[in-house]
Amino acid sequence: MVQQTLRQKLEILADAAKYDASCASSGTAKKNSLGGKGVGSTEGMGICHAYAPDGRCISLLKILLTNHCIFDCHYCINRKSSNVVRARFTPQEVVDLTLNFYRRNYIEGLFLSSGIVKSADHTMEQLVEVARILREEHDFRGYIHLKTIPEADAEIIHRAGLYADRVSINVELPTDSGLTRLAPDKNASQIEGAMGRTKARIVQAKDERKRFRHAPRFAPAGQSTQMIVGADDANDAAIIGKASRLYNAFGLRRVYYSAFSPIPDASAVLPLKRPPLLREHRLYQSDWLMRFYGFAPQEVADAAEADGNLPLDIDPKMAWALKFRESFPVDVNRAAKEQLLRVPGLGTQAVGRILAARRHRRLRLDDVARLTASIAKVRPFICTIDWRPTLLTDRADLRRLLAPKQEQLELF
Amino acid sequence: MTAMQNVSLGSHYAVHLPAPDDFAFWRERARGLIQCDVPPDRVSWIEPGGTGDLFAAECPSRGEKRLPVPPADAPPVRVSRRFLTLARSAALHTDPARFGLLYRVLWRLQRNPRTMEDKADPEVRRIEELAKSVRRDAHKMHAFVRFREVQEEDGTPHFVAWFEPDHHIVRAEAGFFMRRFANMRWSILTPRGSIHWDGEVMREGPSAKAEDAPGGDPVEDLWRSYYASIFNPARLKVSAMLSEMPKKYWKNLPEAELIPQLIAGAQAREAAMVKAGAREERARPGSLAEIAQAIAACRDCPIADCGTRAVAGEGPQQAALMIVGEQPGDQEDLAGRPFIGPAGQLLDEYLTRAGIDRSAAYLTNVVKHFKFTWKGKHRLHQSPAAKEIDTCRWWLDAERAIVKPRIVLALGASAARGMLGRTVSVTRERGRAIRLDDGAELRVTVHPSYLLRLDGTAREEQARLFAADLTAVRERLKAG
Repeated sequence: MVQQTLRQKLEILADAAKYDASCASSGTAKKNSLGGKGVGSTEGMGICHAYAPDGRCISLLKILLTNHCIFDCHYCINRKSSNVVRARFTPQEVVDLTLNFYRRNYIEGLFLSSGIVKSADHTMEQLVEVARILREEHDFRGYIHLKTIPEADAEIIHRAGLYADRVSINVELPTDSGLTRLAPDKNASQIEGAMGRTKARIVQAKDERKRFRHAPRFAPAGQSTQMIVGADDANDAAIIGKASRLYNAFGLRRVYYSAFSPIPDASAVLPLKRPPLLREHRLYQSDWLMRFYGFAPQEVADAAEADGNLPLDIDPKMAWALKFRESFPVDVNRAAKEQLLRVPGLGTQAVGRILAARRHRRLRLDDVARLTASIAKVRPFICTIDWRPTLLTDRADLRRLLAPKQEQLELF
Repeated sequence: MTAMQNVSLGSHYAVHLPAPDDFAFWRERARGLIQCDVPPDRVSWIEPGGTGDLFAAECPSRGEKRLPVPPADAPPVRVSRRFLTLARSAALHTDPARFGLLYRVLWRLQRNPRTMEDKADPEVRRIEELAKSVRRDAHKMHAFVRFREVQEEDGTPHFVAWFEPDHHIVRAEAGFFMRRFANMRWSILTPRGSIHWDGEVMREGPSAKAEDAPGGDPVEDLWRSYYASIFNPARLKVSAMLSEMPKKYWKNLPEAELIPQLIAGAQAREAAMVKAGAREERARPGSLAEIAQAIAACRDCPIADCGTRAVAGEGPQQAALMIVGEQPGDQEDLAGRPFIGPAGQLLDEYLTRAGIDRSAAYLTNVVKHFKFTWKGKHRLHQSPAAKEIDTCRWWLDAERAIVKPRIVLALGASAARGMLGRTVSVTRERGRAIRLDDGAELRVTVHPSYLLRLDGTAREEQARLFAADLTAVRERLKAG
């Protein structure tokens, strides 16, 4: 076989990595390259250096070390039985690419994952080696996200956490039965066991840092995971339930939802119909409701329709408000923060502004309009000193009034 | 009221700023004017090159020197920290009215120190908006500056970037790049001034032109390859991209030249992916005869295109036992019947010995066509790929639904994959029953052709195991 060039390998291994949704580079410990030998800084806020036409940000160099794999997971393009072209980077090649891109300000750092070659331990060793060379030989202080392999030895995963800002383990599918059917080589209890150990390490390292200033950091940006949506028949309520359990049990920073998308050389077991991309968006919105708006998982699930899926035409908060109209209208001049956060169209920032402003004046509808993005969406659910939605809240066709207008498609 | 003595009623002051981003200068002058109690409508703030407001333009002579001097005992000016943070950012905006706005709010803060908390106030909102767009501009600068490497005469690499910010943020953002690239030599050239870092000292330079920056960098090719490969054509969301990476930035981003062609090709690429995986939606056949007819026309996988015939299953429709092989062989293909070649004959022999009536069982293959390569004049068997098994499984499922066997015997790993949808190890699974979704019992053993390839003690050993597997099947059949 002809020797692949670096560029060909990059094309194959970036292409193989694009089904991982995570690209976050935020929330890690602050560091910079002053007084060091290399490059790199992380200042809390993540930076998206480019956006691809799929709307996703490009913050990290997201590649696989290799797309050879001994596993045969049906939803994965790199599964053993797939007919894709295979390639492999050496750790040094990944290091050089990362540094060359970083120096030109293309990226915030590296997100490295891999197909499993030889054994889980061997593969994990290789991933850790890349991080080690970057950190120790090049004093790289940018962001590193390592995908860890739950089947690998706990000691190797521990070393990954010492070099990386974030580690992640994918739960892959929302239900255990889906995992057994579509990822026969993976094991749900093994995945959760590894996540549990990682959480314990993170907690322990945080505690040590409090007592000893030079205690080593362990994955300061925490751990995250990813679920594939639409490859099995789990509905939104089940997915939300699973996500909230993961957040609680493992202190995850993020659960990423990845709408299953058609892959080249797809397995015949998979559904051919892809879920609407909007479904992924609605799941992220419900995720936000749980994390920042004080919604309990059950409440989000209540907003779902009879089939357990969230409505696609309106956002989950609106769906909840329309179902529980007895909680509205909310008086913006008196209501508690928790109540304001439930008003569709009021985000956390708008609520903060309302709370600050009402110490100084009694709010009128115009004032609220200045504090929010769209007053039309908010109006049926609030009272101000000059506004009361007397009949609006009770109207049977309120959903139709508020849902975005269906656009007539152009003839092609 | 000592301050008032300095200020003649009706006089107007114009303050000329030395640089459009000189917040410290503004702060100094504004402090003095507040201490002298000069109301906002009596001050104009003029940027270099700017005309200020109408009133100041009429009276160019009223310059800096006529600013009132605050009395020594004037009370210090106090503002909330929130104002200071926002004002620092807002002062970098290109809106010529920004310094006047800041002074107005500063003036109001002296009367009501908590003015900034009233987020519904139009002037407070405006400051927040200015600060927000400056922060956004700074954030985009962090993101979209693209360095190109050039070699200096002394052989050291020098990284140079050309960037066009919307606001006067270049000096303010130098620190970010210094902290990030502390050990690199770099320059950022912009139409609003340039900054240079040599690893130790930061220098400021005059505004630059795009031509001053280097034209290319070989690493950009790699970057463009990465950009094109990480893009998933199956999920095109152009508006999401445009809201975060507006077109005005595109001209200085090496990767942006690919965007139009990526978008144009996306739909075609996705359609091709779906088509490659797609099969015609069709109703599941209701009888074995229909299956036999339909498989002859099946072209779901490439095996069917080799000029061979489809070999249907054989046996009674109510058989309690279904035996699944891998695929028809050379002789099966010629005769159009399953299990009649050497492996089939061997199977017959063992079935008889185990006391299983072949004619009472339903025999079929997981893959319905013969896959082979030519070796001289002979057609040499080739194992089907996992994908081909998974594709052909659709027919096997249809057969199972009709025959509804109580026990299924899978011969070899391909047959086991066809039944279970995953690759299993025959040696690990043999000898035990696997419960299938429809309640049937699956037993896995080796394919008889495996025995044909062995000889000596190995063959004896495997023959014994194979016979034992068949005996176990017979026992299960009796038990039912």
